[in-house]
Amino acid sequence: MRQFTYLTPKTLDEAISLHVAHGESARYVAGGTDVLVKIKEGKFAPDYLISLKHIIGQDRPFLNQETGELYIGAFCTHGSIEQSPLVQHHYPIIHDAVKNIGSVQIRNVATIGGNLVNAVPSADGAIPLIVLDSKANIYGTKGQRSVDLQRFFLGPGQCDLEAGEILTEIVIPPPLPRTGSAYIKHGRREAMELPMLGVGVLLCLEEDMTTCAKARICLGVAAPTPFRALAAEKYLKGKTVDENNLTEAGRLAGQESKVRDSIRGVAWYRREMVGVLVKRMGLKALERAKERHK
Amino acid sequence: MAHEISFIFNGNAMKMNIEDHWTLLHLIREELGYTGTKEGCGSGECGACTVIVDDKAVNSCLYLAAEIDGKQLTTIEGLAAADGTLHPIQKSFVEKGGIQCGFCSPGMILSAKALLDKTPNASEIDIKEAIAGNLCRCTGYVQIIDSIKAVSGYGEDEPHVVAFKTDEGERGE
Repeated sequence: MRQFTYLTPKTLDEAISLHVAHGESARYVAGGTDVLVKIKEGKFAPDYLISLKHIIGQDRPFLNQETGELYIGAFCTHGSIEQSPLVQHHYPIIHDAVKNIGSVQIRNVATIGGNLVNAVPSADGAIPLIVLDSKANIYGTKGQRSVDLQRFFLGPGQCDLEAGEILTEIVIPPPLPRTGSAYIKHGRREAMELPMLGVGVLLCLEEDMTTCAKARICLGVAAPTPFRALAAEKYLKGKTVDENNLTEAGRLAGQESKVRDSIRGVAWYRREMVGVLVKRMGLKALERAKERHK
Repeated sequence: MAHEISFIFNGNAMKMNIEDHWTLLHLIREELGYTGTKEGCGSGECGACTVIVDDKAVNSCLYLAAEIDGKQLTTIEGLAAADGTLHPIQKSFVEKGGIQCGFCSPGMILSAKALLDKTPNASEIDIKEAIAGNLCRCTGYVQIIDSIKAVSGYGEDEPHVVAFKTDEGERGE
């Protein structure tokens, strides 16, 4: 492999000043499961790799006791998120997604922040977090800022990070009452596969436990960036959550999606499957909302 | 750039100078000379290079040698006892035909070990998930799953596998 110097700062400020010092010859790395592959392929040629893995305090999910928000440090491995009781209990939709990313070996090393900043259309990690109205905290030379995760993705491989800025954590609002959500990764095989389609649905119910108060539908690999199916969300609001209405919401989501033909699947099939899977995840979200409300 | 790291390699404390750009796979095969760990794809798809770092299975082809500093590393050479007695998982692979050409075997066995050390009564689903990142091009998956199932205590009172504690020198069943 190409020679480089590996730097291991202990704080965010130290990491940023190293990036300022080395400029374009430096690249941040966390788990390294993407960066090292790209260095081997010659797509990246850094002289300095600045590791974010040794920065203290960003490596596990924790609950902010005052606000009820869940903080997921960007340098958390998928494995640590998968095994977090907090995530399993309060945000099963995140568990749905991270448990199917890569393999055990990859999940033990690769980080959620790395998955997000790659900004590939197939990023499994992003969809549930957008469905949950998460925010991304970003730190750079100008200090900290926060953006809606939905607005973080600008195009394939492009996200809202200035040179030298670091995605530090994801902030997820407290779980809403009478709410359930679910995610499915759809591919041709179960293991070691990028999704042909990713579908996440959140349903928040009125006190009658049948009327939809709020819906979130987000699709992966259905557009250049994670795609909110706004027409389908609007259709569901105020309606009874049942098979018929979820079928129509699925049809609308398929219609407004920007699916295309690619090596992993053709557009017409993807559009059909958006319909099927939005309904399926809607029913699962409904079931989870009822379970939690018991 | 070179710098010094310390780690535990198959139960033995090591100190050595490494280059920053070395992968753990390079360190194991080319510098330490232990060739049980295989290089397949070099990009984290095949799992032939799987080793255990602090109880977790990782792809050594995508793990920097620098990151092993202060950690425990187990390769396939660290499983059998000093007198050559095989680890129960290795024995089971031999008995159940979990080995064909053998190229995937070290990775498969280490993925199985990481699983069973944590979940001694792993179910068939647990086993399939644990080896999802290990490809067998002979496609002998059924025998491999059988080999691991035979040493998992799933559905029984007592798990068959006694976890090895290499740092304390305990080996064997």
